[in-house]
Amino acid sequence: MISFELSEEQQMIRDTVGAFARDEVRPAARPADEQGAIPKELVAKASELGLVRSAIPEQFGGDGDARSAVTGAVIAEELAYGDLSIALDVLAPRLFAFPLIEMGTPDQQKRYLPRLGRPEFVPASAAVMEPQFDFDLNAMATAAQHRNGGFVLDGAKCFVPLAMEAEALLVFAASNPGAGLGGVDGFIVERGAAGLTIGEREKNMGLKGLATYELELKGCRLGPEARLGGERGCNFTRLTSQWRVALAAMAVGVARASFDYARDYAKERKAFGVPIATKQTIAFMLADMAIEIDASRLLVWEAAWHLDKGEDALQESYLAKNYAAAASLKIADNAVQVLGGHGYIREHPVEMWLRNARGFATLEGLATV
Amino acid sequence: MIDFELEPQVIGRLQMYHAVAEQMVRPISREYDEHEHKPPTQFWETMWTSSRDSDLTPGSGRETPDPKRAGARSQRNLNTILSTEELCWGDAGLFLSIPNPGLGGAAVMAAGTPQQKERFLKRFREGKPKWGAMAITEPGCGSDSAAVTTTATRVGDDWLINGTKIFCTAGEMAAEKSEGFVVVWATVDKTAGRAGIKPFVVEHNTPGMTVTRVENKLGIRASDTAAIVFDNCRVPMDHLLGTAEVRKEGGFKDVMATFDATRPLVAAMALGVGRAALDYVRDFLKQHNVPVRYGISPHKLAAIERDFMDMEVNLKAARLLTWRAAWMLDTGKHNNLEASMAKAKAGLAVTHITQKAVEIMGPAGYSRRELVEKWMRDAKINDIFEGTQQINLLIVARRILGYSSKELN
Repeated sequence: MISFELSEEQQMIRDTVGAFARDEVRPAARPADEQGAIPKELVAKASELGLVRSAIPEQFGGDGDARSAVTGAVIAEELAYGDLSIALDVLAPRLFAFPLIEMGTPDQQKRYLPRLGRPEFVPASAAVMEPQFDFDLNAMATAAQHRNGGFVLDGAKCFVPLAMEAEALLVFAASNPGAGLGGVDGFIVERGAAGLTIGEREKNMGLKGLATYELELKGCRLGPEARLGGERGCNFTRLTSQWRVALAAMAVGVARASFDYARDYAKERKAFGVPIATKQTIAFMLADMAIEIDASRLLVWEAAWHLDKGEDALQESYLAKNYAAAASLKIADNAVQVLGGHGYIREHPVEMWLRNARGFATLEGLATV
Repeated sequence: MIDFELEPQVIGRLQMYHAVAEQMVRPISREYDEHEHKPPTQFWETMWTSSRDSDLTPGSGRETPDPKRAGARSQRNLNTILSTEELCWGDAGLFLSIPNPGLGGAAVMAAGTPQQKERFLKRFREGKPKWGAMAITEPGCGSDSAAVTTTATRVGDDWLINGTKIFCTAGEMAAEKSEGFVVVWATVDKTAGRAGIKPFVVEHNTPGMTVTRVENKLGIRASDTAAIVFDNCRVPMDHLLGTAEVRKEGGFKDVMATFDATRPLVAAMALGVGRAALDYVRDFLKQHNVPVRYGISPHKLAAIERDFMDMEVNLKAARLLTWRAAWMLDTGKHNNLEASMAKAKAGLAVTHITQKAVEIMGPAGYSRRELVEKWMRDAKINDIFEGTQQINLLIVARRILGYSSKELN
């Protein structure tokens, strides 16, 4: 039965995370962008919300909450409304934990999940993207060759959040090149593994608070137990959809931040003796932004709902992500435009949101639901 | 709990509507486009018998949910939205021509007393095909509906209505060619502005009401669009819907309440036309072995794949906004903002989708041998009637900015 209403529990989560994003994350956003660092205390506070731990099964010390992509999308939007860098940072361990919870072998879960079920922030992450302009999840260049019952990984990765401090990474590579999404496996690579080199921290246009790295994998040997899901492997298609839904939800968050700021500014700022929001040329821009934010969010929720039904939701997630990414960029750009010259000045956050929003078209696999 | 699942019985009914659209509507679609003003009598008869008491009566669109149906709230508006999309997938013009209470019925539902609802709407459950119409637009005022100059003057126990109305959907059928009625909006007090504007039910063939013209249009040609002149047209006192009292914001609020229910409906019409074009292009690409590859790097997508996905996702976005607006109505939530959002998005999205479809199809798109060009013409009206794109943006803007119509106009 059609319903557009979040459950009471989801509304509570939205309000809690939303308040945290507003009161704690937002004030830290500009300093994080300027200084390229996120305060440890803030990350610790975010952990207290149980962003990762809540989904860890009780037997491993977590709360064992049923995971929901819709709930995940709600959380991602709220945090990104505060700040995208900080949102991606505090949610990064999910990139490692969630695939293990859903698709990992009992041994893999026993080995890694107890650490992630701890109350403090435990850095972990995943390596998905590769440094090609036309990077394609269907055609990964990083290869995992079968050797002596195990695997050897070769290739390069980029945009790996928290790689330097991560205790373990989930590295995705083509074990069956040419087989598209079905030919990709995830591999657990622990910190300091031979053949794994973590490069310098990347310097990006946006997301400047988030530490991301390039990785080099050169003859990185792994045992068979390193493969996510063991012999069964993983459902990579579903993982890509979960990533896309998360990023799309964050795009909505950035768009909403931009819209709210531009709306409030337009009501304050006067030109020709009246608030500029009373001019149709500005008001219509804002109206269009509001419509596209709602449209994006509904596409995200619908894709997430398909995921929650157990479907892979490739088409829905792909369309939702591309739509939300484009909308987010346009909305952030409009926000800068509404502020005019002031939008260009770093005193206001809209220029930062424009830089951050530009990333969504490029990014894949940087967050999950 | 977020849910996009249609219940099995809803899906079953939609399949039925789809079959009607495919087998009964599509085959006569071109005929009634080429022969404007020719009445599709047989289609009307069939729809009249089969759609009475169904959810295809937009006029009954604003009922409060029945709390007795524990757990399963009534989703009447949503169901109407769904069947509207399905039938407009067949033909939007023919859909609009179906005998039913139409916008006149919607006005009765929004502004009438329970007794008036029963009295004026009963006819749609019995006898021969009938139409209801709404007359609000005038030659000198369209979007500015608060500026209506048509007057209603108290004379004894009657109202005398004087003025000219244009663009009345199904106006001819409602006023002269069936036992229907026209709801005409007229001012009872010119000094009171929008508060003085009231809806009056004028019965068919009431002396003083004359259809002076039936328009020739770009699209939706199967639907009659009438100009109606009211010349000392006398209607009984109790044909005024609601109260005669001139309150601040009173009368116009009723117009707005009507729009909150009908804008999602127009958005749903747009969805049907847009989906017709999208389905057609999808089949065309399939026949010509042109793949649409979801999930690959956008760098590797051909222009046509991008175009198609763009059409598809915009239609879907419009659909979700439309469903939301209808769902809010069903759950008793105020949906003024969301109804305008849905209408603005769907009207424009489908205008673009159908234009792109003509482009993609090449000569077949432009030719009148196929229906694609017709859908492009039909689609355009959805960005105009029930509030143009611009009026809906204005409403959205006022809502999000917290401005009155005085502050933002």
